[in-house]
Amino acid sequence: MKLFGSGHGACPGCGLPIAVKNVLEGVGPCFVANSTGCLEIISSQYGKSAWGVPYIHSVFENAAAVAAGIEVALKALRRTDEGPIVVFAGDGATADIGIGPLSGMFDRGHNVLYVCLDNEAYQNTGNQQSGLTPSGCYTTTTPAGKIMAGKQGQKKDMVAFALAHKLPYVATASVAFPRDIKRKAKRAIEFKGPKYIQIHSPCVTGWGLNGKQAIPVARLAVETGLYPLVEYENGELVRVKKVKERKPVEEYLKQQKRFRHLFKHPKGHEVVEELQKIADGNALKFGLDI
Amino acid sequence: MKVVRGFYSVAYSVRLCRPDVICAYPITPQTEIVERLAEMYANGELGNCEYVTAESEFGAASILVGASATGARTFTATCSQGLILMSEVLWNASGMRLPIVLVNANRSLSAPLSIWNDHQDSMAMRDAGIIQVYAESNQEVHDMIPQAYKVAEDRRVMLPFMVCMDGYKLTHAYEPVDLLDQEIVDGFLPAYDPPVKLTTKKPLTFGSYATPDCYMEFRVAMHDAMDRARKVMDNVFQEWAEVSGRDWGGHISNGEEAETCVIAMGSLAGLVRNVVEELRKEGKSVSFIKLRTFRPFPAEELRKALTGASKVIVFERSLSLGSEPPVTLDVKSAIQKMGIDVYSVVVGLGGRDVPRELVKSTIQEVLEDRVKPGLHFKAKQFEEVIP
Repeated sequence: MKLFGSGHGACPGCGLPIAVKNVLEGVGPCFVANSTGCLEIISSQYGKSAWGVPYIHSVFENAAAVAAGIEVALKALRRTDEGPIVVFAGDGATADIGIGPLSGMFDRGHNVLYVCLDNEAYQNTGNQQSGLTPSGCYTTTTPAGKIMAGKQGQKKDMVAFALAHKLPYVATASVAFPRDIKRKAKRAIEFKGPKYIQIHSPCVTGWGLNGKQAIPVARLAVETGLYPLVEYENGELVRVKKVKERKPVEEYLKQQKRFRHLFKHPKGHEVVEELQKIADGNALKFGLDI
Repeated sequence: MKVVRGFYSVAYSVRLCRPDVICAYPITPQTEIVERLAEMYANGELGNCEYVTAESEFGAASILVGASATGARTFTATCSQGLILMSEVLWNASGMRLPIVLVNANRSLSAPLSIWNDHQDSMAMRDAGIIQVYAESNQEVHDMIPQAYKVAEDRRVMLPFMVCMDGYKLTHAYEPVDLLDQEIVDGFLPAYDPPVKLTTKKPLTFGSYATPDCYMEFRVAMHDAMDRARKVMDNVFQEWAEVSGRDWGGHISNGEEAETCVIAMGSLAGLVRNVVEELRKEGKSVSFIKLRTFRPFPAEELRKALTGASKVIVFERSLSLGSEPPVTLDVKSAIQKMGIDVYSVVVGLGGRDVPRELVKSTIQEVLEDRVKPGLHFKAKQFEEVIP
């Protein structure tokens, strides 16, 4: 049986199965703890599980703690040789509702690889804003209206959050670069302790894309500098995906319905400038430009 | 026989049950239970057991879900706000049929904030699919822990088990306790052998979601498991009496038949029993029923015990705001059509003392028909708090 089989219920073009398959291929047979969310719903219906690895879903906000429980149980039962422990959780489960248990798991140093599948909103419930929704983005709870131009505030910096917990391995990845996901997952489990990988993964319905656009759009997020692919080992930035001729953020934004209002709204220009500044800041901070 | 505090009687018993994972978060008046276990862990007295300090009760319960699903015997202790914070996970744990054992050091709920004892916290978990037993003394708590594991881990049951002990009144009390021998517990409680577990050797999916065509069957199966637990518990209680030489009775523990029966739970049982005995000596037809098991509710046993009664007094340590208190509701449901008047007497919320005179005068009022059946609050004159 495959580690993550076909026959799951993901939308055509969804990034999640690409992320999950590549992580699992990188780490091999393992234990999976999953938060409530898109991935759980597309893969774990009773009698129709897509999982070829031991899998547990408990509630929305506790996957990090459940994984910690698996880890200590394997230690106590002298079964640590059975394989690594991987969490798959959405951006809302990670950065909002589950951030307490996530911090606890990091802090106690459990030997767990935590993978945040970042589709930048609560997509399972139909696109509501999360802490990882970018500035200016339309969601159903941050709609663009006469006075508001989408989400207020910035995307939460979960890489910094992970680094602040002194994690031995922290990385970002994108479904546009699947081999990179596999390599990072494989590399991550070479480190003992908690590891964090955040994978950018387009949601065709929430972002307003057709299935064919998903991967090119994900690639543009990297090529504009809005989603830098970085890799930290023991707190040091060791690898960065360089970008040749970095593209303006408009190229990325214009392809997605969730940002389209920015090009009509009176405050839109300001938000686009703000997003360009974020991309430029990333380029400077991580040395993205060749 | 050793004089120990309630905390220690719990921790010592938990150790003898050889748990694999203990995880908790401190909360008064439970804290010293996990402190004693932490001490044992620090001194290498817990074998291979992993002791985890969680970031919240929510985290603690979640860690135990992962551990229990992996095949570990698990323990936690909590109370009050902590239990309520755990509640989302505990409902989930029972649905996943994980035999987690927890001790609840019964404490009131906020607001107003109160750290003192009543039963509102565990009663709020009434419908969660968790077995609930209330202990009268620290010896009973001590004895209940191995029984809790044996019942919870029985394949006919596979549900969480919550041992309820009154905060402060038991947790902090020094009482003589006959601490069990390891051999007795080892002989009584086999190692946990989960019917299924998370393992890479045989990958299974835990925590699936269910569509409307099968969700209901899962929930009804839990109800059936609770029903089966009645019999399993009866057998375990009996076996325990033989093994330990201490017979705590069944789901209820009752005296002779009488015209008026008085029901109480937890640490209040001793006082009420004593008052009832005194009244019996005075020639009154009154009898005491200690309710030990609250879930599954022992309706059949109560009906039997109340044959011949015309009045029943329920001392309640909890409320169901907008309805009658929880134990009263279940008692009424159990004895419907028996023609018995029910007096529901709410006492001792938020740690309010329940003095002997109050118990005695309450029973006397009923015996002498000076009060009507129904709900009675033994509280001071109170006014609406909104100005």
